[in-house]
Amino acid sequence: MINKKVENVTEALKGVSDNMTFMFGGFGLSGIPENAIAQLVKLNLKGLTCISNNAGVDDFGLGLLLQQKQIKKMVSSYVGENDEFERQMLSGELDVELIPQGTLAERCRAAQAGFPAIYTPAGYGTEVAEGKETREFDGKMHVLEYAFKADFAFIKAWKGDAAGNLIFKGTARNFNPNMCGAAKVTVVEVEELVPVGELDPNQIHIPGIFVQRIFKGAHFEKRIEQRTVRKRA
Amino acid sequence: MLDKNGIAKRIAQEVKDGYYVNLGIGIPTLVANFVRDDIEVEFQSENGVLGMGPFPFEGDEDADIINAGKQTITTLPGASFFDSAMSFSMIRGKHVDLTILGAMEVSENGDIANWKIPGKMVKGMGGAMDLVASAENIIVAMMHTNRAGASKLLKKCSLPLTGVACVKKIVTNMAVLEVTPKGFKLLERAPGVSVEAIKNATEGELIIDGDIPEMKI
Repeated sequence: MINKKVENVTEALKGVSDNMTFMFGGFGLSGIPENAIAQLVKLNLKGLTCISNNAGVDDFGLGLLLQQKQIKKMVSSYVGENDEFERQMLSGELDVELIPQGTLAERCRAAQAGFPAIYTPAGYGTEVAEGKETREFDGKMHVLEYAFKADFAFIKAWKGDAAGNLIFKGTARNFNPNMCGAAKVTVVEVEELVPVGELDPNQIHIPGIFVQRIFKGAHFEKRIEQRTVRKRA
Repeated sequence: MLDKNGIAKRIAQEVKDGYYVNLGIGIPTLVANFVRDDIEVEFQSENGVLGMGPFPFEGDEDADIINAGKQTITTLPGASFFDSAMSFSMIRGKHVDLTILGAMEVSENGDIANWKIPGKMVKGMGGAMDLVASAENIIVAMMHTNRAGASKLLKKCSLPLTGVACVKKIVTNMAVLEVTPKGFKLLERAPGVSVEAIKNATEGELIIDGDIPEMKI
């Protein structure tokens, strides 16, 4: 067993610096690496490029980095729940690249899987495809999209072990598995760090080979963005 | 004229037994409430769940189980969770049978705009561009006109496009229309709405062929 376990978030984030490109798992606030984000706020790194489906809300998730003006550029598919984001974008302080959600996932997966680029039909004929190579396959037009290049991927998993094997829960899975191994260093925070051998190899979502560092997150708030319920009969 | 629930009710009639269906945010989400209960349908949410169920009972909400609108949901027996790349493999790979989504504008050749109002609203396209680029069966749920009364069914979209020549069917508060090579073909009228009223509310080419029946809702 190759040991990937580190003691805490400080150790897990060794080597991060200004102007780096980071990937963040999560959809909305579900499955975001809360502990890594909190540490990045503390370190107050600047000039960051962040690849993440969303940009958090004003006071949680990547919104915390936006508040401190740590982010230079966001690469996302949907950024609708963050006023500070909108303000920084419209004032030109923040550079924003909006890309289709499936393209975002596949550009991560391409980086993970060793593909330099992929062709997708998404965005053809729209401003997303402007200036990009296009090609026809079977009578349909496609757009060439490049694999991401990132320094760190910050991942949140439900359970993991010191070998770096991961299991995700529910829709908190989202982009997390696609970003593992898609950056130079993959850092995973888990709710439960279990002894090696406890996870059933049949049930593992991401094998430890894609992970460089794993730690048990000290605190997970797991905030709900839209609490929708029905009354009990 | 139909309200939002009326539009959802009419669209629900398009959902067939054995369909995997992706519902967009807004009116499309309401469609799930009106699908016949004697057919088997599975709802896909692009954040990574197939077999979506109703909202949880109070106290049962789980931050780890949400839909693409970030709402807490439940799952039904037979449901599955998966990552974002696999989710869009289902969509791009045409495994989803029906996509229902909202629109700000649709043009007579089936172009759709629903993600950006330059200088005003820039929220992003989310999964909409992937959905419209690949789905073969796309129904748009929308109001026929904007608040100022101007048509949203146009000759040419004025807003940045989400996809080109992809919309097949449109259900509005006034009508059901099919997108054909010649323009919007009027299929049904909403209860109490005249063909004349629909004509006046449609800027794009409207094809009226024979008697137009009233929707059955």
